[in-house]
Amino acid sequence: MQLNAKIPKGPIANKWDRHRFELKLVNPANKRSFDIIVVGTGLAGGSAAASLAELGYDVKAFCFQDSPRRAHSIAAQGGINAAKNYQNDGDSVFRLFYDTVKGGDYRSREANVHRLAELSLNIIDQCAAQGVPFAREYGGTLDNRSFGGAQVSRTFYARGQTGQQLLLGAYQALARQIAAGKVTMYPRCEMLDLVLVDGRARGIITRDLVTGGIERHAADAVVLATGGYSNVFFLSTNAKGSNATAIWRAHRRGALFANPCFTQIHPTCIPVSGEHQSKLTLMSESLRNDGRIWVPVTADDARPPGEIPEEERDYFLERKYPAFGNLVPRDVASRNAKDVCDEGRGVGPGGLGVYLDFADAIQRVGRDTIEARYGNLFEMYEKITGEDPYNAPMRIYPALHYTMGGLWVDYNLMTNIEGLYAIGEANFSDHGANRLGASALMQGLADGYFILPYTIGDYLARHMGDRVDTSHPAFEAVESEVQARVDSLLAVGGSRTVDSFHRELGALLWNRCGMAREESGLKEALEQIPRLRAEFWRDVTVLGSGDSINQALEKAGRVADFLELAELMCRDALGRAESCGGHFRIENQTAEGEALRDDENFSHVSAWEHRGDGEEAVEHREPLEFEYVKLTQRSYK
Amino acid sequence: MDLVLHVWRQPGPDAEGRMVRYDAPGIDPDMSFLEMLDVVNERLQTDGEEPIVFDHDCREGICGTCGMMINGVAHGPQGGTTVCQLHMRHFSDGDEVRIEPWRSAAFPVLKDLMVDRSAFDRIIQAGGYISVNTGSAPDANEVLVPKASAELAFEAAACIGCGACVAQCPNGAAHLFTAAKVSHLGLLPQGQPERRIRVERMVAQMEAEAFGSCTNHQECEIVCPKEISIDYIARMNRDFLGTKLRGQIQAKAG
Repeated sequence: MQLNAKIPKGPIANKWDRHRFELKLVNPANKRSFDIIVVGTGLAGGSAAASLAELGYDVKAFCFQDSPRRAHSIAAQGGINAAKNYQNDGDSVFRLFYDTVKGGDYRSREANVHRLAELSLNIIDQCAAQGVPFAREYGGTLDNRSFGGAQVSRTFYARGQTGQQLLLGAYQALARQIAAGKVTMYPRCEMLDLVLVDGRARGIITRDLVTGGIERHAADAVVLATGGYSNVFFLSTNAKGSNATAIWRAHRRGALFANPCFTQIHPTCIPVSGEHQSKLTLMSESLRNDGRIWVPVTADDARPPGEIPEEERDYFLERKYPAFGNLVPRDVASRNAKDVCDEGRGVGPGGLGVYLDFADAIQRVGRDTIEARYGNLFEMYEKITGEDPYNAPMRIYPALHYTMGGLWVDYNLMTNIEGLYAIGEANFSDHGANRLGASALMQGLADGYFILPYTIGDYLARHMGDRVDTSHPAFEAVESEVQARVDSLLAVGGSRTVDSFHRELGALLWNRCGMAREESGLKEALEQIPRLRAEFWRDVTVLGSGDSINQALEKAGRVADFLELAELMCRDALGRAESCGGHFRIENQTAEGEALRDDENFSHVSAWEHRGDGEEAVEHREPLEFEYVKLTQRSYK
Repeated sequence: MDLVLHVWRQPGPDAEGRMVRYDAPGIDPDMSFLEMLDVVNERLQTDGEEPIVFDHDCREGICGTCGMMINGVAHGPQGGTTVCQLHMRHFSDGDEVRIEPWRSAAFPVLKDLMVDRSAFDRIIQAGGYISVNTGSAPDANEVLVPKASAELAFEAAACIGCGACVAQCPNGAAHLFTAAKVSHLGLLPQGQPERRIRVERMVAQMEAEAFGSCTNHQECEIVCPKEISIDYIARMNRDFLGTKLRGQIQAKAG
């Protein structure tokens, strides 16, 4: 299979402009004759569904939540990047582009990232016009902050709720189109499979989570905006319902899955408190702007933090990376925290934590300023841990947070299946091997507001008048497969709960394919995962029936898919015998313990093809070429 | 700690419901309330009983999905907190805990503790937006927003749409929810062109749903996990009356 990314020719700054001109247009009067399915209503899906409807297309939007306003984009705290250069500090589209490619450790496409940086400007305009209550200066202009190691202040924010406020903007735009009759909304409705007709995506099969009804939906194009797959690890910062089923089912129908091993660990999460832990809570890494990270110098130091004198503390990030200190990128901060805990210097229950200390900052700028900056985060920390971070340092530990991998898409955001698009976190496109802080919101909205609405028209224009409806035999065939799968989950009648399998899978992946990976561990995981999968299908218990609300059944389907995806992640991690970004192979590090890339052999996207149950996935490679960015060893010393 | 739970179980929208007693032994004070329910559900399933159905998603207090009455209080005893962020250290060994779904005619029970809150979506669809198509926005700094307006708008926009305000209100009124959105958009310069039509339509939709009237009990404000002030209700009422009066004056003049 030849992967064609369809990158336009010409200088990088003109590619998108030129491409927009070359894209075919759909006549305004013809737009209403096209139906588009959008699955997922987060920043990407919500903004896409609203924008497509504004253009005149008929849209069907689906979400598993009870309302499109609740998608997990809502939980993003820190902010959204844009190269506005409002702060006059030397930012530019080219700088944002360069930072993003570098931050991704040179495993993303230059052309995509440049387009993202260009569109960042439009996103802020659009969101401000929608009434997103961004932080303001006294003069009424927009405020910015520096974020996640960036050396310019390009992050726009709305206190600690940037994700919620941007999502409400998209949700409200969507609500307007629902009221106008241009979007039909299907809440509490989960996509369980994709329907292809003659190799093109023509619809989906869903389960109504209230009635249990299995339903067919046909369209001229299908857009997956279903987010990432961090929950494969059971414990992650994702919402409990976030899952990979839509993209995994599409993968099983032929869509290539790119770079599945590129997962991101976020350094500033609240540590696990016990066996009962159901999810992990992230605190914005803006905390690292003022907090100092440390552990005791000696292992097994059980003294409370206040009793450990200054000279017996190791501010390990400041010591190892004097230029960037506590603001090193996420992967570097996370790995270093793991290292000190592995040395027995971790703090808190189980020794899996490091201190994030605000004492110096409070002394320097005062408690009120710190409260104004991080008040809601401090409150959240206190609610969860029962400890007051104004008086004692926070404890933090890294947690799974974001997945850079996802469905392979070309420059038009179309997968290798004609008519199937993937946007937002569901695709693999713009973040390479590591995503920079405040860039997820930017990518979701760029895809949804400003890229897909143009590129999808080019595809539709080539297929005028070519309609399929749900009476086509392909729909019947897929529907009966979906029904059979639901029935078989209910029929196992075993003794173990879905969650117990999910926890076991998560622990296995965290240990073998988490913050650090090595050949022997990955090979072991590749033997253990199929065994666990077989046990799941032999011994899982799903009580109740399929014809009403059944949360255990919903979970069972998602975990069954995670049990397949986990294997592909390990296979990808094993094949990529280099370290880059969030993918750290123990065998591939510099003498100083930093990630060691191998550009000669691994400067490519690994896109995996499903070949059937029991068969190994086949890897296809898309080479990455760098014309504008100079590949260097990342150094934050 | 060991707790005794009394949980509302209702198999479906039209089925009879009842309170069922469950023992919850060995609860860790560091668990969240929902993690405590997870533990109970794991044991129920192992014993062959269907788990308690409840809505939840982000479990960090922002998505607004979770919500239940705990001993008669929406989201439980801790102020400014969703039930997913309520931790068991606020309970004591031997406590009996009554857990019920949101109480409101406008939020019918779907199963156990899960309710249908689509009435909220319909209120937003009636006018809870600024009509600006993608692509037609001016530069973001072209419209200046006084910091004070931005802050006040933000505090209203913090609403997570959980429905606690309705569930706690003796009348089942949705005024705090509706007022929060009316005020968020009405306080910003971008929201001015549609300010009057917005409040008119949203209030009309609120009244068309099965919500009750506001008679100033103020319980909504007390249970709101985002601590949204009832001042916004006064603001909405003023906007609404102003719009109505203006309409009457114009009708007379015309």
